[in-house]
Amino acid sequence: MTIALETQNLEKQFGGLRVTRDLSLKIEQGARHALIGPNGAGKTTVINQLTGVLKPNSGRILLEGQDITDLAVHKRVLRGLSRTFQINQLYPDLTPLETIGLAVSERLGHGGDWWRRMGTRSDVNGEIADLLTRFHLLDVMNEQTVTLPYGKQRLLEIAVAIAAKPRVLLLDEPAAGVPESERHDILAVVGSLPRDVTVLLIEHDMDLVFSFADRISVLVSGALLTEGPPDQVARDPQVKAVYLGEEAVNV
Amino acid sequence: MNAASDVGFHAQRQARWHYGEVAFWLIVLACGFVFPTRYLIMTDILRLALFAMSLDLILGYAGIVSLGHAAFFGVGAYAAGLLALHGIINEPVLALIVAGLAAMVLGFATSFLVIRGVDLTRLMVTLGIALLLEALAERFSNITGGTDGLQGIEMQPIFGEISFDMFGKTGFFYSLAVLFVLFLFARRVVHSPFGLSLRAIKNNPLRAAAIGIPVNRRLIAIYTLAAFYAGIAGALFTQTTAIASLDVFAFDRSADLMLVLVIGGTGYLYGGLIGAVIFRMLQEVFATITPQYWQFWIGLVLVVIVLVGRQRLHRWVLYVPNLVIKQFAGRKAVVAVPESDA
Repeated sequence: MTIALETQNLEKQFGGLRVTRDLSLKIEQGARHALIGPNGAGKTTVINQLTGVLKPNSGRILLEGQDITDLAVHKRVLRGLSRTFQINQLYPDLTPLETIGLAVSERLGHGGDWWRRMGTRSDVNGEIADLLTRFHLLDVMNEQTVTLPYGKQRLLEIAVAIAAKPRVLLLDEPAAGVPESERHDILAVVGSLPRDVTVLLIEHDMDLVFSFADRISVLVSGALLTEGPPDQVARDPQVKAVYLGEEAVNV
Repeated sequence: MNAASDVGFHAQRQARWHYGEVAFWLIVLACGFVFPTRYLIMTDILRLALFAMSLDLILGYAGIVSLGHAAFFGVGAYAAGLLALHGIINEPVLALIVAGLAAMVLGFATSFLVIRGVDLTRLMVTLGIALLLEALAERFSNITGGTDGLQGIEMQPIFGEISFDMFGKTGFFYSLAVLFVLFLFARRVVHSPFGLSLRAIKNNPLRAAAIGIPVNRRLIAIYTLAAFYAGIAGALFTQTTAIASLDVFAFDRSADLMLVLVIGGTGYLYGGLIGAVIFRMLQEVFATITPQYWQFWIGLVLVVIVLVGRQRLHRWVLYVPNLVIKQFAGRKAVVAVPESDA
């Protein structure tokens, strides 16, 4: 099996606080890998290092075997590493059409094109239309993002990440804050991602994790507690202790 | 692909010319024929409009605040003055472009300082650069003429054919042509993927980087382009007034520009143009009523604008024109209303 994304002895400190401790992860090509852990375990900090928002104090990050530790955020995206955010990071003034159009243009290398008007490239338009349809955003494509209902914004958040045609996709709590009625759309979209896209899922919702992931890593206080297939992790007494508290230990 | 062509149609929605825009430019052109005694003030408004459009490019689209935009105006002004005074380039249009390029070089060099940091740092850095240049211009008086400024500039005919006249008619139409050409260019740029990426950066730089936009490079590019525009505005100033003095770098000039954009709005290119007209007219009106205290009234107007909200004011002002347009063309808006209340 080839390794899509790998960290080697990753270490991150905020002042005296070690938020990532000697973390070595291997995510296989095409895997549905989940990273779980209690609040404050440092999951989002890991994602931020993987995507380049934060720089690790030491350790290395490899994308498909190549060292990307010192690469700028936007360059990692162009190499096929894309993410969604736990809290929506969208453009309030822009429409879904513009938001996705921009992501597609950037990926195809037309982003710096300052002379040709938006909407005049049929290949870009086709892709935008595809994504808008797939994510049920076609009917609101001309609305300002800030005016969209939360569920739609969440779909847009994921659509933007997909628009970059990632080979490795990092999903940071994709269903967080989405009302029950709109959850189904999100889960369906996440479930229908093509198999050749490697997915690293960060999630609190255990139902989602166990229905989706084929491998789980458990992060506690910035360090890797255990890793394995879902049923093994579910049976692990250490994991139970962390998740269910002392009661479980006493049992 | 029905949806794809639909997407293409809507993606170009903003880039299409609106009736209101055509009307706007026709009215501006008509002013040149209707008010033959007012060329000087109208030329002044055109220069201010171009200068404000330059700030709008970085403020309204990329979200870069600046209190020192006069730096580029000043460099353009002195460059044009020196070129004409020493007869280095006698043809005004060519000199204009060279002066703009000089400002552009400065813009590129200083962009690296400006793109770092947050709004407050940017305000300070831009302000500092303008003050620095003003001091330099004063210090090297052998080149710039110091506090006396450049004197005795004589402008040669445009393309060697059209001479500047004493009523400012040539100056007006020349400035209008320059403004219009640069407006068309800016309009093209802001509706390109590049222009859209600037708005994305302004909205959310974190996400912009996360979809692969090289944020710093884009900011450097637009800042450099804006410097070119400001330089051209400065060069027009020298060419149409035949003077260049230290006040081209003055803080007032940069600050006025902010006021113009507060009045006109940002992020739709017309803000600087409309703002320049209103700002100068208010100045004129208040100066005739109370020559000493006109600034008080300008201040009051600004406070009202901020309190009432520009979008509401726009709606009131455009109420009648919108009604007419709706009746005749079945369309919604006459002039694009700014998207954000920046």
